[in-house]
Amino acid sequence: MAHSHNHDAHHGAGHGHEDHHDHGSFKSYMTGFVLAVILTVIPFGVVMGGGFDSRLMTVGLVVLCAIAQVLVHMIYFLHMNSSAEEGWTLLSALFTIVIVGIMIAGSLWVMFHLNTNMMPQMNHELQVMP
Amino acid sequence: MSTVTQLQNPAAYWETEPHHHPEGASTNIGFWVYLMSDCLMFAVLFATYGVLHGNLAAGPGPKDLFDLELVAVNTAMLLFSSITYGFAMLRMVKGDKAGTLKWLAITLFFGLCFLAIELYEFHHMIHVGAGPQRSAFLSAFFTLVGTHGLHVTFGSIWLITLMVQVSKFGLTSANQRRLMCLSLFWHFLDLIWIGVFTVVYLMGVI
Repeated sequence: MAHSHNHDAHHGAGHGHEDHHDHGSFKSYMTGFVLAVILTVIPFGVVMGGGFDSRLMTVGLVVLCAIAQVLVHMIYFLHMNSSAEEGWTLLSALFTIVIVGIMIAGSLWVMFHLNTNMMPQMNHELQVMP
Repeated sequence: MSTVTQLQNPAAYWETEPHHHPEGASTNIGFWVYLMSDCLMFAVLFATYGVLHGNLAAGPGPKDLFDLELVAVNTAMLLFSSITYGFAMLRMVKGDKAGTLKWLAITLFFGLCFLAIELYEFHHMIHVGAGPQRSAFLSAFFTLVGTHGLHVTFGSIWLITLMVQVSKFGLTSANQRRLMCLSLFWHFLDLIWIGVFTVVYLMGVI
């Protein structure tokens, strides 16, 4: 059952190799492409048009579009699903995403808080004291 | 058959012969694990850029250097090359050798356009004195974007190699497997580029 949907009409005569990979269809590629174009045009359009009044809102929109486009690429171009390679691709991808999140968020958090506690500010506090 | 002889026969309890997997059966999961490790490497470069992006050393910043129109064209090139590679895979599944080669050639064209535009951008930046030695921000920028560019370069070389392979030996199962791996690699590079244009270019200019 897990692999049955992959053996569709595409795998015609001429190459009888063992193939369990989902190559997608014209429709799925076009869906992914159109979604990717929309999710690229929106952030570029907003930023090149000067952005919203609130900088935070512009950044938020750009980041949301990027996350959405990454998901579109994973589903429609990389054909990720829970059944490919018995779930190992999805599992390793989720593991990678967790590690990437920890690494990037952790680096930024630690490094920018190190900055806050650097010597000049400590000196400044000493000088402010009587 | 007595119980004693059964106990003395290891094949009754575990497999004594090595497994026989079809050739290349584990290639895809192995290549996927490579891509994930590559993803971790890019994550480190993104984190480095995130930490250093404000350290301009009184040099030019993102707003002075980045030309968003050029980046938009570059993004389009990579996205086009992604979809044309997808079309090549669809032709491959149909067993259409000429169609596969045609779409691979178009993919290569868009990939080379991307590289040409990126090299133009780098050359321009170095020319105006904003090379990688200028500031920590620029070092991180050239490392991150340059590493992505190097990946596209090697992907293009791989693409040319596979075009020669396919035109010489046809769509054999080995070549199909190789095309599948490069497909993952190529789409993965487009995925990384989403992070690059969002974090480096768009958020740099906002």
